[in-house]
Amino acid sequence: MSSVQIRDVRKSFGNFEVLHGVTIPIEDGQFVVLVGPSGCGKSTLLRMLAGLENITSGTISIGDRVVNNVQPKERDIAMVFQNYALYPHMTVADNMGFSLKLRNASSDEINKRVKRAAEILALSPLLERYPRQLSGGQRQRVAMGRAIVRDPQVFLFDEPLSNLDAKLRVAMRTEIKELHQRLKTTTVYVTHDQIEAMTMADKIVVMHDGIVEQMGTPLELYDKPENQFVAGFIGSPAMNFLKGHVRVNGVATFEGPNGVKLPLKTAPAASDGRPAVYGVRPEHFTIADDGAEAEIIVVEPTGSETQVFAKLGGEQVVAVFRERHQFNPGDKVRLRPDPSVVHLFDEATGKRMNA
Amino acid sequence: MADVVVPRAKPQMSEAYAWNQLKHNRNWLGFWFMLPAMAILIFFLAYPLGLGIWLSFTDTRIGRVGHFVATENYEWLWDDSIFWLSVFNTLLYTFLASAFKFGIGLYLALLLNENMPFKAMLRAMVLIPFIVPTVLSALAFWWIFDSQFSIISWSLKHLGLISQNINFLGDTTWARICVIFANIWRGVPFVAITLLAGLQTVSPSLYEAATLDGASRWQMFRHITYPLLTPIIAVVMTFSVLFTFTDFQLIWAMTRGGPVNATHLMATLSYQRAIIAGQLGEGAAISSAMIPFLLAAIMISWFGLQRRKWQQGESND
Repeated sequence: MSSVQIRDVRKSFGNFEVLHGVTIPIEDGQFVVLVGPSGCGKSTLLRMLAGLENITSGTISIGDRVVNNVQPKERDIAMVFQNYALYPHMTVADNMGFSLKLRNASSDEINKRVKRAAEILALSPLLERYPRQLSGGQRQRVAMGRAIVRDPQVFLFDEPLSNLDAKLRVAMRTEIKELHQRLKTTTVYVTHDQIEAMTMADKIVVMHDGIVEQMGTPLELYDKPENQFVAGFIGSPAMNFLKGHVRVNGVATFEGPNGVKLPLKTAPAASDGRPAVYGVRPEHFTIADDGAEAEIIVVEPTGSETQVFAKLGGEQVVAVFRERHQFNPGDKVRLRPDPSVVHLFDEATGKRMNA
Repeated sequence: MADVVVPRAKPQMSEAYAWNQLKHNRNWLGFWFMLPAMAILIFFLAYPLGLGIWLSFTDTRIGRVGHFVATENYEWLWDDSIFWLSVFNTLLYTFLASAFKFGIGLYLALLLNENMPFKAMLRAMVLIPFIVPTVLSALAFWWIFDSQFSIISWSLKHLGLISQNINFLGDTTWARICVIFANIWRGVPFVAITLLAGLQTVSPSLYEAATLDGASRWQMFRHITYPLLTPIIAVVMTFSVLFTFTDFQLIWAMTRGGPVNATHLMATLSYQRAIIAGQLGEGAAISSAMIPFLLAAIMISWFGLQRRKWQQGESND
C-alpha cells in the first residue's frame, strides 16, 4: 500500500492539451473515484498513472518514488480494464497467475496466491474454466482476481462496471467496496457514473474538460458543490437551476424567472442585483402555502418516491417527494425550496456564492 | 391385439401431395438446394479425380484407349529414379518454401501491425507479388537468373565480388535455390496479409494488460500473440503447403524441371510424362501418387485446426 501524489500533471496529444495541470493527493489506503463526463481526461489520467501513457509535464509519485520514467511493470500497480482484458486462451487460474509466472515465481507460490485470491472472490470452482465459459460478473471478478493476486501498491479500475447489466452493477459495486475494506489497498477508480462515485468513494475527484472541478468526500460534494458544474453533476435527479437576481434588502431573496420569489437564508451583502443561478435539489422542495406557484406537467411514481416535473416561473423543474401526494398533470401546487440547503452560483463564473 | 384395426386415411398421391411435401419437408427441400453444389463438385472435382485414378491403372496414351494394367504403372515408378528424385524435390521445395514463407510472412505481419507512417500504402505494397500473374513473375525471375544477362551477376561483378556470371538456372543447387526463392517471393504476401488480419483481431487491451503484468515484448509474443494466432496459422499454412506442393506454373516457366531434373516436381513430371510424352497412364500415376502426401498434409492441419478448448463457446453448466 502506498500513497499517490499527482502534481500539476499535464497531457498533450500533439498540440492538443487534454489535461491542464491536475493535482490530486491520494492517501495510503484511500478509495478515490475520478468521475466526470466522457472526454474529461479521467481515463487518460488513470492510464498515465499505470504507465500506459507518458506524462507531458508534472509528476506522479507512488509512495516516495516519482514514477514518470518508471516502466509500468515496475510501478507495482494492477489495473482492471473496462473490457476485463482477460487472456482468452488461458484458464481462470492461468489468467490470475500470469503476472507471477512472468516474474518466475515458483508454481507452489503461484498456486497458493491464486487459490487465496479465488477464495476471496468466490472463484474457486471456476479456476479451470476459460473466460468464454464465464458470465459477465464472473469475468469481472477474474479481472479483479488478476489484480489482487499480485498484491500491488495501488489498484486501478477503469470503468469496470460499465459492461454489466444494471442489477449486477449494483451487486459488484458492493463487492468492490467490500474488497477494498478488506484489503485496504490504495485504489483509484474511474467512472462516469456519479452514483458509483457517491456510493464507493472515500474521496471523489470531479473532473471536467481536463481540470479538477472539485474534490472531497461524497457528502461534501453533495452538500457544498463549489461550482455549478459539480452541483449539476452530483445527485440524481440533477439539481434544478433557475436564473435570476439576488435581492438583499432587509431579507435576502432571489428573484427568479418571471419574477418568482424564492427564499434565501443568507446572501453576500455586496451581491444585491447580481445575476445569479439559484440551485435547488429535487429532494429539497416541499409543498407549502408560502411556496412559489408551479404547474404540474408529469408525475412519475417509482414506489419509494415520486418525481414530479413542474413549471415554476416558466422554467421546468423536478421535485422528488417521499410522501405520496395526489397530483395530476395541470394541478397548481406551491413548491417551497428549503432555504437552508439551496445553492447560489454566480451566473458568469459558475462559482458558489453562498456559504 | 393384432385384430384392432386402426382406421387410416388412404394416402392420396397427387401433384398437390408432392408440392406439399416440398413445402413441409425441410430435408427434401434442402436436398434440392444442395443439388447445384453437388453437381458442380461431382462433375468438376470428383469425376476428374476418379478418372485420373482410373487412368493410372491403365496404359492409356494420347490417341489410344488404354487397357487395365493393374498396378503396372506404379511398379514402373517404384523403380524410376527420376520419379523418386521428383518426390524428393517436391518435399524439399514444399518444406523450405513453406518454412520461409511462414517466417517472413509472420515477421512482415508483425511489422505491418505496428503503427507507422504510410501504413496503408505499405500494406498494399506487400500484396504486389500476389497480384502479378504467376507466369509473368516467373518470366521476370527467368531474366533475373539468366546465365548471361542476370542483373544479380552483373551487380556482383561491378561490385568486384565475382569475376564470372553465376549460372543460376544451369547449376542444380542454384536452380533449386532460385525456384524456391521465387516461390517464397510469390507466397509471402498471402501469408503476411492473412496473419495480419489475424493480428488485428487481438484486442490491444490484452497487450496493455500484459504490459502491466510485466511481460516483455518477446513474452507478449510468446504468451499472447502466438497462441491467439494459432488457429489462423493452421489455416494459412495448410493452404500454403497445399499450393506449394502442387506448384506447376513457376517451375514450368523458369526451368521446365531442369537442369538434369533437379527442379522437377511431381506436378511437372506428371505433365511431362502425360502431355508432352503422351503417356497418360503413367502421368496419372504420378499425379495420383501425390494424393497420400496431400492427405497427410490435410490430416496434420485438420488436427491442428481442431477448435481449441478456449475457443469453444460453451455455456455455463
